[in-house]
Amino acid sequence: MIDPALASRLQFALTTIVHIIFPVMSMGLAPFLVYFTWKDIRTQKPVYEQLRRFWTKIFAVSFVVGTVTGIVLEFEFGTNFAAFSTAAGELFGGPLAVEGMMAFMLEATFLGVFVFGRERVGDALYMISAVAVGLGTWLSAVWILVANSWMQTPRGYELVVEEGQTVVSLVDPIAAYANPRFPWMFVHMQNAAVLSVALFMAGVAAYHLFRHYHWEYPVEHPEFWETTLKIAIVVMLLTAPFQVLHGDAYARHVAETQPQKFAAMEAVWETDSYVPEYIFAVPTDLDDLLNPRAKEIFGIGIPGGASWLVSGGDPTAEITGLNEFDTQAPPVAIVFWSFRIMVALGFWFVLLAFWAGYRWRRGQLLEDDLLHKSLMASSLLGILAVEVGWIVTEVGRQPWVIQGVMKTADGVSPGLTGFEATLTLVGFGVVYLGLLTLYTYVIARIVRAGPPAIDDPSVDEPSDRPASSDSATTAGGEDD
Amino acid sequence: MTEHLAAVVGSGVPLADPTVLQAGWLADGPLFGLPLTDLWFALVFFILGTFLFLDGFDFGVGVLFATRESASDREQLLAAIGPFWDGNEVWLVVFGGALFAAFPEVYATLFSRHYLLMFAILGALIVRGLAPEMYEQRHDDAWQRWWGRAFVVGSVTAPLFLGVFAANWLLGATALVSLPSVVVGVALVALSTTGGAAFLGLKTRGRVQRETTAHGPRALVGYLALIVVAVGFLLATRPDLRGELLAPTALALLVASVGLGAAYVVAMRRESYVGALAATAGLTYGLVALIASVLYPVIDPVTGLTVADAIVSTIPLNLMSVGAALLLPLVFAYFVVLYSAFWGPVEEGEGYASE
Repeated sequence: MIDPALASRLQFALTTIVHIIFPVMSMGLAPFLVYFTWKDIRTQKPVYEQLRRFWTKIFAVSFVVGTVTGIVLEFEFGTNFAAFSTAAGELFGGPLAVEGMMAFMLEATFLGVFVFGRERVGDALYMISAVAVGLGTWLSAVWILVANSWMQTPRGYELVVEEGQTVVSLVDPIAAYANPRFPWMFVHMQNAAVLSVALFMAGVAAYHLFRHYHWEYPVEHPEFWETTLKIAIVVMLLTAPFQVLHGDAYARHVAETQPQKFAAMEAVWETDSYVPEYIFAVPTDLDDLLNPRAKEIFGIGIPGGASWLVSGGDPTAEITGLNEFDTQAPPVAIVFWSFRIMVALGFWFVLLAFWAGYRWRRGQLLEDDLLHKSLMASSLLGILAVEVGWIVTEVGRQPWVIQGVMKTADGVSPGLTGFEATLTLVGFGVVYLGLLTLYTYVIARIVRAGPPAIDDPSVDEPSDRPASSDSATTAGGEDD
Repeated sequence: MTEHLAAVVGSGVPLADPTVLQAGWLADGPLFGLPLTDLWFALVFFILGTFLFLDGFDFGVGVLFATRESASDREQLLAAIGPFWDGNEVWLVVFGGALFAAFPEVYATLFSRHYLLMFAILGALIVRGLAPEMYEQRHDDAWQRWWGRAFVVGSVTAPLFLGVFAANWLLGATALVSLPSVVVGVALVALSTTGGAAFLGLKTRGRVQRETTAHGPRALVGYLALIVVAVGFLLATRPDLRGELLAPTALALLVASVGLGAAYVVAMRRESYVGALAATAGLTYGLVALIASVLYPVIDPVTGLTVADAIVSTIPLNLMSVGAALLLPLVFAYFVVLYSAFWGPVEEGEGYASE
């Protein structure tokens, strides 16, 4: 049996890592769907109806899988981290309750209207429902990040003894909830979600265009995919550079407020000035790869780079090393590598966006095979960047569940047995892997099938489609 | 617990902002002198009841799904709940959030004590939530047969486990299951079926309507019988609960349940399905109120924690009360929009997800 504390942490990590994919898809798709719906209603052009209906399908599946995987997370605070929930519930429970009432309700009820109601409600209410769904997804992130940012930089509380238990008591709601970390997290997360979806869209569009123009595979709506690609490129051009610039400033904020996390991101053990920024680094001893106390690192570094980053321009600035802190360092290798993967992907997205933008400007958007291959290969990398970004955030703050206040190991449910925790960990491993496979399969099917034909509702799917034998007709009627 | 929280650590991180909110209205006492503690106890159970009623009739549709053989009947049943079930299920999230926010210690101890049961509920809800969406993704027999089964299994087990959870809470049980908790669980499946039949009366026509609604009164009789069995069993075996169960409030709720049951049968006979659904709502809130009234003033029988002990301190309590007072009416407005947009029977071609 695995130790209940470790099993609980692994289970939470697993459920979060899988769950985050679906909110990223829905948060990122939300502004696109609002735009498509608006254009559909205003211009009556078939391409916007196709765009709305095609991406609504993907939204609907993402929302359902996001819902079922997300309810688990809320319950896990009670089941696996009861000591944390008891101690910090007064501060932490409120945002979760408001998230349910304010955001999730808005999203879930209006999603019913948005997905099923095109024929039932008027244009105005339909447009309102699109906005409400989008607003709901974004407000969800607001309240979840209000709660999370408080754990990163706790403020506005005091520790009081209630019936022999020390608990966190809320004394200043504004300090606690208007937390300095919140705006950084929210902007970084939302921009990442929109960028991830733009990358996904571009990849899907590139796939169909590549098949059509390169393999000369008869794709029904090449113009639909060209429009999709152009919209995605515009959004990438806006979001990718912003994400890098914002990330740079965000890292400085982390260095100021969570110096231990920053030291782990840079694997700085001894306090030093003129610290290099390692592009690539390995411990001299491979046994140290996952050892949080691995000190020896050799690699390629930019002299003074890390100091320059942390201070915003001074290559001689001092960085506090991990050995200075009283508490055990977070798993340095995981944080260090996740951070590097995230940053490298961030730069790659900028390059990709500018490359595509340049080709488009030159009128060669459909001719560059390498660009199309790169877009296809990058379609899921936005989500990967979000994953490693969250790993930096959450693993980097270990051993604290509430920075400087409560350790993760102390937050675990006291009565939890190794048997129970191991059983549910294995169960979730199987179920979540299954969910991920199923989701990938369903999305791949939707992507392959392409947009619904709307000009002639009586025409069935052409027989040359790979999945035509068991797939539905693309005839009109309702969206799903 | 004390040792779990480090007041000061040498990380150099400023822990608390020195400026403490001066707004006395948040810290002085409950807003307007309202009995907020008891109101939140009532609200938490009201939200639980709302979830059990709304998602209950979805579950009921899932149970009745098992009685339909033909593909078009099955499509109709899925189309009936398609636009609604997401919103209905969110009440569970709101219940979890409200319990967490108002009574964090109860949330923590209750959920961790019923560890495996909570995960059984979650597993059932995952299957239940996924099934209708997946059912429509492919239109071949094998796929739809399996997801149809999953839909039924999830729809039966979700209320079953939720009933076991509610009964365990009431009885202060520490074991995973007991006879009375299983009886309550099965009763909740029956109650869900009652609601599902009434809902399908509204959303379908013709043969499907006739055949599904016919199951409603049967399920109702089963529900009332199971509740009588459960109460009788508790009177016989739990002398400590006898006083609570024979108290005027509890007796009034039991009598009202029988009355509502009769009203349901009459309404179904007269094809007044809105009335029948309202009677189901009354029965669901009645069951939840019975549990709450037997519990009160204790909120967790195992630890003996009372409502007054478990409530959060004044500032968060006031904040949340303001939040709930503003947001809950809005939420009801969303539901009015949703249910009025999809009022009336499922229309031709209105598949759950017809492409």
